[in-house]
Amino acid sequence: MKIAVCVKQVPDTWAEKKLRDDDSTLDREAADGVMNELDEYAVEEALRLAEANGGEVVVVTMGPERAAETVRKALSMGADAGVHLVDDSLHGSDALATSYALAEVLAARNFDLVIFGSESTDARMSVVPAMVAERLGLPQVTFAQKVDVDGSKVAIQRQTEYGYDDVEAELPAVVSVVEKINEPRYPSFKGIMAAKKKPVETLTVADAGLDAAKLGATAAWTKVASFAARPPKAAGTVVTDEGDGGAKIATYLTEQKFV
Amino acid sequence: MKNAPLDHRLPTELRDLRESVAQYSRDVIAPAIGELYINHEFPYDLVRGMADMGLFGLPFPEEFGGMGGDYFALCIALEEVARVDSSLAITLEAAVSLGAMPIYRFGTPEQKNTWLPKLTSGHMIGAFGLTEPGAGSDAGGMRTTARLDNGEWVINGAKAFITNSGTDITGLVTVAAITGTKSNGRPEISTIIVPAGTPGLAIEPAYSKVGWNSSDTHGLVFTDCRVPASNLLGERGRGYAQFLQILDEGRIAIAALATGLAQGCVDESIRYAHEREAFGHPIGHYQAVSFLIADMDVRAHTSRLAYYDAGARMLAGEPFKREAAIAKLHSSDAAMENSRWATQVFGGYGYMNEYPVARFYRDAKVLEIGEGTNEVQRMLIARELGLPQ
Ligand SMILES: Cc1cc2nc3c(=O)[nH]c(=O)nc-3n(C[C@H](O)[C@H](O)[C@H](O)COP(=O)(O)OP(=O)(O)OC[C@H]3O[C@@H](n4cnc5c(N)ncnc54)[C@H](O)[C@@H]3O)c2cc1C
Ligand SMILES: Cc1cc2nc3c(=O)[nH]c(=O)nc-3n(C[C@H](O)[C@H](O)[C@H](O)COP(=O)(O)OP(=O)(O)OC[C@H]3O[C@@H](n4cnc5c(N)ncnc54)[C@H](O)[C@@H]3O)c2cc1C
Repeated sequence: MKIAVCVKQVPDTWAEKKLRDDDSTLDREAADGVMNELDEYAVEEALRLAEANGGEVVVVTMGPERAAETVRKALSMGADAGVHLVDDSLHGSDALATSYALAEVLAARNFDLVIFGSESTDARMSVVPAMVAERLGLPQVTFAQKVDVDGSKVAIQRQTEYGYDDVEAELPAVVSVVEKINEPRYPSFKGIMAAKKKPVETLTVADAGLDAAKLGATAAWTKVASFAARPPKAAGTVVTDEGDGGAKIATYLTEQKFV
Repeated sequence: MKNAPLDHRLPTELRDLRESVAQYSRDVIAPAIGELYINHEFPYDLVRGMADMGLFGLPFPEEFGGMGGDYFALCIALEEVARVDSSLAITLEAAVSLGAMPIYRFGTPEQKNTWLPKLTSGHMIGAFGLTEPGAGSDAGGMRTTARLDNGEWVINGAKAFITNSGTDITGLVTVAAITGTKSNGRPEISTIIVPAGTPGLAIEPAYSKVGWNSSDTHGLVFTDCRVPASNLLGERGRGYAQFLQILDEGRIAIAALATGLAQGCVDESIRYAHEREAFGHPIGHYQAVSFLIADMDVRAHTSRLAYYDAGARMLAGEPFKREAAIAKLHSSDAAMENSRWATQVFGGYGYMNEYPVARFYRDAKVLEIGEGTNEVQRMLIARELGLPQ
């Protein structure tokens, strides 16, 4: 089985995020880049499926030069090979453009299963997996908290508010995973050393045969017109209890339309 | 990681290792260790996680189940673990540097094949029994004896403060003992492998320690404890030279651990100096606080430089005795000072056991004592400087 995992490099979740003054995109230099947390679960799931059913895991990313670190991390966890799409013209791509680029790269490589995280921690659109599936014309079985592959079928438990749904699809298919699915492994030193020798294909927009007009900030369907820093947290309201604390709180809640 | 100092100088594999260990420490160790520490519990699950990452095999070749790294890789890992918790760091340090390393360095092929795969996997840990109730700095003054009888060593005596000696996963203790008298009249010291559970080896109840609460430390008593003659580790009579070599290396590892603790104090203090407000400002706004933290950063940084230097010399095959002693002395003092001031930055909360800085404060002191007291480090440095002995 040939499995692709799409991973995104995002600013360290712990760091303060900033937007660039020049083009209102995320300032990716301001913070360290890390693998999007949910994508670690996606890599882990791909590795487990490959370990159980045999097969190869290829990690795919679109991102700047230093997103290579994120590819290397997936390789040190155990993935077999990497594809890194990197090109200045990709900067500012929206979800549609991202899904176009990823879909083209994936289509050219014939995977049986494509695994995504279900959401990035920086842009948080949560739509890329579905968009990619649509572009590839593949079934999308998303928000999986459990994945089983049996012959030519993939069965998942889709996490819902009330529990889960059992969903099945024929391979090839697109899966996205949620945090509940597994515990991602931490790369061992042996894995880290092995990663240095694994093949990583670095592609430009031209290498991947992509139409540059569909990519980047100029192609985006929406624009960030302006932005402002989040205002500092306002001081809370202090209710002093002078025998009427309960009534005051009730009034406050009603005023705020909480009750 | 933003605060990971000197990272740009490290080869990518060490940077990735640091990142991986830092992530494990932050995500897995940090949330769990507080309660284990308060309850004086050995952190089996957390040790298991470190084992799964291959940390116990870091400096050993793959033929023995190791990770094919080197001693410096171990130090990088120790620093990142100790940045969050020292009990786990010392468990790893003692298991690798004191437990497995003597077998790797001095063992016969058979001893290596028997023990190393288990030790490097971290499914089993080893302990190193040198110190005695009556002999620590002056380890050569030990009293424990071992005599050959019918193809077996018969060991009698006692050891004190032995790390990792009484856990459920302890597989062996290497014991230094007097095996005879040399031609110059001095005691002949040799090292013997004693598997856990050997009759005649009694593990005393765990000590009640000031810190390192989740690290396992016991006194050991040997009463006609018998092991096969083939359990002799390396050459008979080489015990003294062996433990000097092991301790020289071990100092670099302890220095890395101390650096981690010193850095952990900086990390926690920076965070808190932003968060905590007094008199209308975050406390970091006041120079009395920010200068404390600046000084803490200086100590952590210079400690790191010192152990990197000692480690680089060791890996290059150059003499490193002086540099290792300097690193251990400097970084353990840095850990002690930083934990003192970090506790101060935290005010009353710093005195509460559930805060990491309180743990750092308790854990720092032993670094000035274990694997050679800081007075012993000064003796070593003075000797290396050729001062009159
Ligand atoms: C300030 C700001 C404003 C933005 N405004 C817009 C906007 O107006 N319209 C718009 O469409 N987008 C906008 N974006 C989103 C940005 O273009 C996203 O980076 C991109 O659309 C990817 O979507 P996502 O990160 O939300 O992916 P999600 O759909 O949340 O990610 C799900 C999964 O898709 C995969 N994935 C996502 N990106 C990649 C990648 N690059 N390489 C490999 N796998 C990947 C991962 O597996 C991930 O877990 C904005 C971003 C920012 C920071
Ligand atoms: C938690 C913990 C874990 C330990 N783990 C291990 C272990 O796994 N294996 C092991 O073998 N040991 C272990 N030790 C023992 C440790 O290495 C010794 O405690 C240490 O070497 C000091 O020996 P001592 O306690 O006998 O002190 P002593 O040697 O009695 O020293 C007492 C004081 O006298 C000073 N002193 C001694 N001689 C001189 C001198 N010539 N000049 C100046 N000052 C001097 C010392 O510096 C010290 O301040 C551990 C100790 C602790 C506390």
